[in-house]
Amino acid sequence: MTTEKKGWKEIPIAGVCWRPTTDYLTGDWRTFKPVRDKEKCNRCLMCHVFCPDGAITWNSETEDIGFNYDYCKGCGICKNECPQEAIEMVLE
Amino acid sequence: MAITKQNLRALNGDEAVAYAVKQSDVDVVAAYPITPQTIIVERFSEYVHNGEVNTEFVCTESEHSALSMSLAASATGARVFTASASAGLALMHEILYVTSGCRAPVVMAIANRALSAPINIHCDHSDSMVERDAGWIQIYVENSQEAYDSTLQAFRIAEHSDLLLPTMVMLDAFFLSHTLESVNILADETVRKFVGTRKIPLIRGHGGKLVPFKLDPENPITMGPLDLHDYYFEHKRQQEEAMQRASGIIKEIHDEYARISGRKYGNGLIEPYRLEDAEIATVCLGSTAGTTKTVVDQLRSKGIKAGLLRLRTYRPYPVEDIINALENVKAIAVMDRSHSFGAQGGPVFHEIRHVLYDASIHPPVVNYIYGLGGRDMPQSLIHEIYKDLQKILETKRVEKPVQFIGVRE
Repeated sequence: MTTEKKGWKEIPIAGVCWRPTTDYLTGDWRTFKPVRDKEKCNRCLMCHVFCPDGAITWNSETEDIGFNYDYCKGCGICKNECPQEAIEMVLE
Repeated sequence: MAITKQNLRALNGDEAVAYAVKQSDVDVVAAYPITPQTIIVERFSEYVHNGEVNTEFVCTESEHSALSMSLAASATGARVFTASASAGLALMHEILYVTSGCRAPVVMAIANRALSAPINIHCDHSDSMVERDAGWIQIYVENSQEAYDSTLQAFRIAEHSDLLLPTMVMLDAFFLSHTLESVNILADETVRKFVGTRKIPLIRGHGGKLVPFKLDPENPITMGPLDLHDYYFEHKRQQEEAMQRASGIIKEIHDEYARISGRKYGNGLIEPYRLEDAEIATVCLGSTAGTTKTVVDQLRSKGIKAGLLRLRTYRPYPVEDIINALENVKAIAVMDRSHSFGAQGGPVFHEIRHVLYDASIHPPVVNYIYGLGGRDMPQSLIHEIYKDLQKILETKRVEKPVQFIGVRE
């Protein structure tokens, strides 16, 4: 939770969001962090496809993937799906 | 505005509600039939079939879905009506809270019916009383005329920009829902002017931009998101604030309606009957008030200072009005058509005693649970209640604070 908390008179009714939900950095829910072995990884992007939070993105400049730890909840699906077994879940 | 021309029709309570909905230019009706509410949706589906209304009518697979669909339609800015009773309302329980929490101004008619088991289709208030905490405005009507009038008012109340509170109109099963009465119907044009179209207030959505408070692809907002310990409480506090504002707005809309129809129900929140100088009085909701008024007249003709307080709105609860109306009464009997098992009395009794704690005097208040499962409440039983009150007045003693009346020992 990164926003300053407002009182009931200041916020929109009915739970309507007045800030983007991306303001909530859900990465702090994480217990295990995915760490990639760059040597084993062949950039097949299966992890990118399966990530339920869109927290693994392709950077076209570096021609490599990157983890966005602000939103990665550490579910481990990327590790499970990686055909190269290049991802390890490490305790935070 | 002067009182407008009206048509006298023979309608039962359900038909009166359906007629009011027909005249209110409702966009969506999503409903599931259940006795004794069935006639409401039956009549309305005829209006749809005959092309008399411009309404999307959806037959859902359950009441849970009926209210879910009503909520979703309302969130897009549509005017929405649904109706239910008893087990149907109970199945809606979860979505009642979602609807009020999303501030979706759905209007719903409830033909008050007992809850199973044993299964029973007749009148009592158990179904809507358990929903009094769901954040809906509750209006209990005395007769079919009031069912018609209150349904029209309900759209104005629910959709008021300062409220956005879903509203239930309660009519007693069979006593009202299936009983033919003379009902004065306003002209379509008069209703159109009174009810108007639903106005959508602006709200600060993403990035603080002011956008209409509805689901609109041009101006997207998020409704019904996860809301944990950091903001949920604030949103509940807002609902209470809207309920507090509702009392005044219900009165205003009731008075405005009185000017065009010539019909008033007390001040819109409570209806005192011969209470000004009353020494003994009863408090009740719904159609029983009609019978009680007759009993009060009979007692008055004998010189007994009897009165009645009918609660029209149960949520918001008209605390100040109740205190003012009952402050000078010396003994009070509350009639409850539902019961809270093990709680020593019914819900109306609890709340009447609760508000009188803040009054300057504390008259004895007793409770009569009556009419469960449609058991009749004839004049003779109401006379017994007033007799008990006279005895309390004479002896200054309450022997039984809570009694069941009309049940065989």
